[in-house]
Amino acid sequence: MELLLDSLFNGVAIGSVLLVAALGLAIVFGLMGVINLAHGELMMLGAYTTYVTQLIFKLPILKPFYNSYIIVSIFLAFIVSGVVGILLEKTIIRKLYGSPLETLLATWGVSLILQQFVRSVPLAYGTGLVISLIIGLFLPTTLPSKIKESINFKYFKFSSWIFAALTGVLTGSLISSSVSKLSRASARNVDVTAPSWMRGQVEIIGTAFPKTRLMIIVITLISVIAITLFLNQSAWGMRIRAVTQNRQMSDCLGISTEKVDIITFGIGSGLAGVAGVAVSLLGSVGPNVGGNYIVGCFMVVVLGGVGNLLGTVLASFGIGIMTDLIGAGRLLSIWPDMPLPLSNTINFFATTSMARVMIFALIVIFLQFKPTGLFPQKGRMVEN
Amino acid sequence: MSLNKIKFDKKIVLSFWIILIALIIAAPTILPVFRLNLLGRYLSLSIVALGVDLIWGYTGLLSLGQGIFFALGGYCAAMYLQITSSSEFPNNIPEFFALYGVEKLPFFWEPFRSPFFTFFAIWIIPALVAGLIGFLVFRNRIKGVYFSILTQASLLVFFNFFNGQQKLINGTNGLKTDVTQLFGQMVGSESMQRIFFWITAILVIAAWFFAKWVVKGRFGNILIGIRDDEPRVRFTGYNPVIFKTIIFSIAGGLAGISGALYTVQSGIVSPQFMTVPFSIEMVIWVAVGGRGTLLGAILGAVFINYAKSLVSEALPASWMFIQGGLFILVVTALPEGVLGWIQGDGPRNLLQRFGLKRKIETYPSLEVNNKEGNNE
Repeated sequence: MELLLDSLFNGVAIGSVLLVAALGLAIVFGLMGVINLAHGELMMLGAYTTYVTQLIFKLPILKPFYNSYIIVSIFLAFIVSGVVGILLEKTIIRKLYGSPLETLLATWGVSLILQQFVRSVPLAYGTGLVISLIIGLFLPTTLPSKIKESINFKYFKFSSWIFAALTGVLTGSLISSSVSKLSRASARNVDVTAPSWMRGQVEIIGTAFPKTRLMIIVITLISVIAITLFLNQSAWGMRIRAVTQNRQMSDCLGISTEKVDIITFGIGSGLAGVAGVAVSLLGSVGPNVGGNYIVGCFMVVVLGGVGNLLGTVLASFGIGIMTDLIGAGRLLSIWPDMPLPLSNTINFFATTSMARVMIFALIVIFLQFKPTGLFPQKGRMVEN
Repeated sequence: MSLNKIKFDKKIVLSFWIILIALIIAAPTILPVFRLNLLGRYLSLSIVALGVDLIWGYTGLLSLGQGIFFALGGYCAAMYLQITSSSEFPNNIPEFFALYGVEKLPFFWEPFRSPFFTFFAIWIIPALVAGLIGFLVFRNRIKGVYFSILTQASLLVFFNFFNGQQKLINGTNGLKTDVTQLFGQMVGSESMQRIFFWITAILVIAAWFFAKWVVKGRFGNILIGIRDDEPRVRFTGYNPVIFKTIIFSIAGGLAGISGALYTVQSGIVSPQFMTVPFSIEMVIWVAVGGRGTLLGAILGAVFINYAKSLVSEALPASWMFIQGGLFILVVTALPEGVLGWIQGDGPRNLLQRFGLKRKIETYPSLEVNNKEGNNE
């Protein structure tokens, strides 16, 4: 019983990282039919945001609040990845609407650039650049509508970008001069240390659970609830659902699909950032950190089907629990005296990499019966 | 494709071929061994690019997993070379087995003792694997992005499998071929490498003609039909699954040949051939060269790889930026690729923009060809 509980918990922990990472991917894929290969790199940005936040909170001014840096970094990571995602949508993905394969390649290009960017640009200046992006994108939208509608709005926009650039350079050099670890570019992996209240373990029903994993489950839970509420209760959520179901009809009814695309892509990318925070708690953070999770996320999207969050949730926990069951060879410890050929097979697959082989095989078998995933979108179209 | 494909004079085509063949024969004497070896490798990569062009450029299937078949071909060749040069090692099996305490040759190595079997295995095994994966995916009408993701996932599965099985195929370390013997000669020796270069060059040309033959005629038309409107192809009574499976396994077979040639010239085959970036790179060679042009795939593979090695020698960090930029640029600004742009309306549009050529209002084929009197 204890073993089973332990296994279940591990599975849920693996699944919840997958879930929070795949959530954004699934929403964007459902809405725009676009697979974002840079999703892993947006996660990586989130993880680096956590690292930068941690170092900044070690400065004397913020030292008293150090324990809460992880909470702050969740919001910051959401904003950073979200803004990069919005920029991506505005500059590249919008141009490729209707050609998903081309989008796939372009986002791969973006992912290469982002990876090399964190390798060869000092994190302090990277932070400065992101700050100027945030200001440049959002400052014009906060202006009163009188200015927005005036003919001179483009000058306001232009000057706000100049202001943004200046702020970015300033904060960049400020951070680089005050935190020496961020002032030099390095391709080496960095480590995020959890605040003291998150270290150690909690005992529930006689089993010890590491607190960081519990924290990840909590983050996932909050993200899923928030995104469900947003999609089902808010006006923009309703518009997103409408566009997901029928883009042309929604466009005809006056929904600005352009805005819906931006918002969805921003939220999807932001969730990748949150996933990045979770990932940073599990291991060291490097330029390739996203790549370890991304194919798992794709599998979740394929397995879960589009247009339904429940599919994504079930698929990620399913994959998570199966990974743990197969990868750690737990079936063997639950049922110790199984016949030899069976136990040999289980031992053969009882490594992390071989578990992936097994799970992929299972997914392909599953797709033979339900090619469109657990919860396919209903419709009578020949082409989806 | 474009309406006014450039038609070359027969004399020009003939002299092109003569120059090309002269270059291939002369290359080993002109180029230093290092560069010759690089050129040979890139030429072998252009065979896998041809396969990508067949499935992506003509059939519209974007596979991100061609590395599987490439590596399988490489492993087949390397297993043959290892096992035939293992007579001085304990138990007459390749050296690395001793490291893991394996004394009996795993069963699937046995057939590779025969050169005859290996010769066929190099392209048939990848083609069969591709056919199986393709059939299982296409049968369920999984396509588009789903197909790309599934191929990528299968790539990762194969990578994990080959990476983790030390006792079967030496895991991460891969199989070395450069110190093995083939027909009494060291595979890594200069004279052998020269022969491999010629074999590669001949096979590239052969593969090109084969690919041209495949896309010619009704089979090729159906492939293009599947790319442009698959339901319509199905409604006209064709079964797209068969055609897609066939073309995918052809591409797999080409990838296998390419992988074998690459392995003997680079001296090693390892699971690194099955990493995700490498397989996506194959797509960008075709995209830059021009998809649906075949020749573009060959040129793209050779030139981009040459550029990669030159840039990486000079500025190692910048290649990732350049490559990333290439991906973005080629899909947003140059979707037809360089060769597609040249063959299409690209140069004409450019000249029009500078006022050097008459502006065309309707289809070029109607206006220009009628005017010039060579209406076909």
